[in-house]
Amino acid sequence: MKLVLKLMMALAVVWLAGCSSTGGGKGDVAVEDRSDTGMEAGAGAATTSGVGDYGALTIEALNDPNSPLSQRVIYFAFDSSEVAEQDRPLVEAHAAFLAANPTVKVTVEGHTDERGSREYNIGLGDRRAQSIRRMLEFQGVAPNQISVVSFGEEKPATEGHDESAWSLNRRVELVYVGY
Amino acid sequence: MKKIALSLLFVFTCLPWLARAALTIEITQGMDGAVPVAVVPFGTGANRYTPPEDVSAIIAADLARSGRFAPLPVQNLIARPVEIGDVRFQDWRTLGVENLVIGKVEPYGDGQYRVQFRLFDVFRGRQITGYSLPAPADGLRYVAHRISDIIYEALTGQPGAFATRIAYVISETVNGKKTYELQLADSDGYNPRTLLSSVQPLMSPAWSPDGRKLAYVSFENRRARVFIQDIASGKREELAAFSGINGAPAWSPDGKYMAVTLSRDGNPEIYSMRLSDRSLKRLTNGPSIDTEPVWSPDGSSIVFTSDRGGSPQLYRMSVQGGRAERLTFEGNYNASADFAPDGKTLAMVHGEGGKYRIATQDLDSGLLRVLSEGSLDESPSFAPNGSMIIYATEDGHRGVLAAVSSDGRFRQRFSLQQGNVREPVWSPFEKRE
Repeated sequence: MKLVLKLMMALAVVWLAGCSSTGGGKGDVAVEDRSDTGMEAGAGAATTSGVGDYGALTIEALNDPNSPLSQRVIYFAFDSSEVAEQDRPLVEAHAAFLAANPTVKVTVEGHTDERGSREYNIGLGDRRAQSIRRMLEFQGVAPNQISVVSFGEEKPATEGHDESAWSLNRRVELVYVGY
Repeated sequence: MKKIALSLLFVFTCLPWLARAALTIEITQGMDGAVPVAVVPFGTGANRYTPPEDVSAIIAADLARSGRFAPLPVQNLIARPVEIGDVRFQDWRTLGVENLVIGKVEPYGDGQYRVQFRLFDVFRGRQITGYSLPAPADGLRYVAHRISDIIYEALTGQPGAFATRIAYVISETVNGKKTYELQLADSDGYNPRTLLSSVQPLMSPAWSPDGRKLAYVSFENRRARVFIQDIASGKREELAAFSGINGAPAWSPDGKYMAVTLSRDGNPEIYSMRLSDRSLKRLTNGPSIDTEPVWSPDGSSIVFTSDRGGSPQLYRMSVQGGRAERLTFEGNYNASADFAPDGKTLAMVHGEGGKYRIATQDLDSGLLRVLSEGSLDESPSFAPNGSMIIYATEDGHRGVLAAVSSDGRFRQRFSLQQGNVREPVWSPFEKRE
C-alpha cells in the first residue's frame, strides 16, 4: 500500500513537472508533493515532520538544528551507491527545500572508505553522488542548483582502519553553498 | 628457505653538511644468496679534506638496497686500498668477498670533483671496470648512484636503477588541519623536494617519459583537475578541468598523449588527449566505471580498470579504443595496473578475502603471483629496470612505502618521520649532463 502511494506520488511529480515551464511552476509542484509526503510522514518517519509545513522551507530552516535539513549526510553500504529506504525521506526533505528556493545551490559530495584503488574510489564516490543528484532532480530541483564532486577516499570523515570507521566514510554530504 | 633478515637503517644524520633524507629505508626481508662485496671508503688523493658526500657509503647502500649484494660492514674491512697497486686480492679472498670496489674523490677546479672507481673480480684477481667521472659538489650523490648503476650492470647484466627518483604524496594533520604535498626524492630517499603544497587532496602523480614533468590531480577549490608541472621550473599548466571527474593521468610512451578519466559525458570514461592541440578522443563507452588507464611500453594498447563485469577488474583495449579484453579472473578486485618495462608483466592491486595486496600477472600465461603481505596495499609502480616494485602500505596507523623485488624475495620499507606517505611512482631512467 505504501509502495503504491509512493508510485502515485512519483507519477504525480513527473506529470506535474511536465506541465510546468517556469520556476514558479516547480514551486507549485513542490506544494502538491509535500502534502502527499506529509501523509506518508504520518506513517512513522520522524525525520519528515518538518516537511509538511511551508515555513520549514525558508532559508532559516537551513540553520535550524531541529529541521531535518540539519542532517546533511547519507551513508552507504560497501561498494554500493543505492540509497537506503530509510534515507529517502531525508533526501526528499532537501529536495523540497531546494525546489522551493531556486536560488540556493548545493554541492553533492561523494565519498568512499579507504579500501581499494584511489582512482576507482573517485568513480564510486561519483556514483553515490550521482544517485543523490538524480533523486533531487527527480523531486523538482533544477540541475543548475546542483553541482557534484567526488573525493573518493581522500577526505574521510574519520580516520580508522576498521568497519566502524569505514561505515562512517561511505557517504554523500550535502554542502549548501554560502550557508 | 632460511631468511637472513638484514636491518640496515639509513637514518637522518646530524652531520649538517650531508644531504637530508626524507624517507628512512629499512630492509625488512633480506635475500639468501646476496653476493658478498666490499666497498672500501674512497680515498681523497693527496688532499686532506672531507668531501661533501661519502660516495662509497652511498654505493654500498645502493647495492644493499637492490637485495642482490651484501656489502661488508666498514669495520670488517681488513684493508683500505685506494690505488690499484694497494690491492692484495688474497686478503679479500679470505673474507669470502667476490667483488671489491675502491676509488677516490678529488677536488678538481672550481667547486668540482673527480670521482674515480675500480671494480674487481676478487677470485680472478682482475679489474672488471673503472671510470673517472666529473661531479659538481651538489652532484656527488648523483655520481655515486651512477657508479652503483655501472657496478650493478657489470655484475648482473641488467641496468641499475639507482640514479632515479620517486615521486609521492604526503598527507599530514597539523593543528587539526590536513595538508597535502607532492614531493619527489632520490630513490634512496634523499634530497626531498616539495613540488606542491595544498589543503585539498592531491592524487595520482605520473612521470612524463623524459622525466622532466609530473602530471597529477589536484582538488584545489574543491574540484578535481589534472595539471602538468615542469619539475625544474615549477611552472604548471592545467590540462583537464571539465565538469565532473578529471583524474588518473597517464602519459603515452612517446610523451605525445595523455590518457585521462573524465566523467563529462555522465560517468567515468577513459579519453586520450593529444597534448599538442588538447583534442580529446573517447576510448570507452558504457555505464560502468572505467578508469586508471596505463599504456603498454610499445604504445599499442591501454590496460585499465573497469567494473563492467560487476567488480573492478583489469581490461586491455587498443589505443584507439573499441573492444576490451578482460585480463584478470582471480579474486574479486583487481585494479591499479602498472606495466613492467618489458611489457610482459602487470603489477596490480589484487583483492581477495578482504585483503588488498600487490600481485603481478604474466601477460602471456595469465599466471598471477601475490608479492606483498599487507591488507591495504596499493599503488604499485615498477622501477625502470623492472627489478623492484614500490607501493604504498600501512604500518600500524601510518601510511608508508614499501618495495619488493619482482620475484618477491626481497623487501624494504620507506617511512617518513611524520605524516603519511602514499602513491609512489618511480621515475624513468634519467640522463643528466
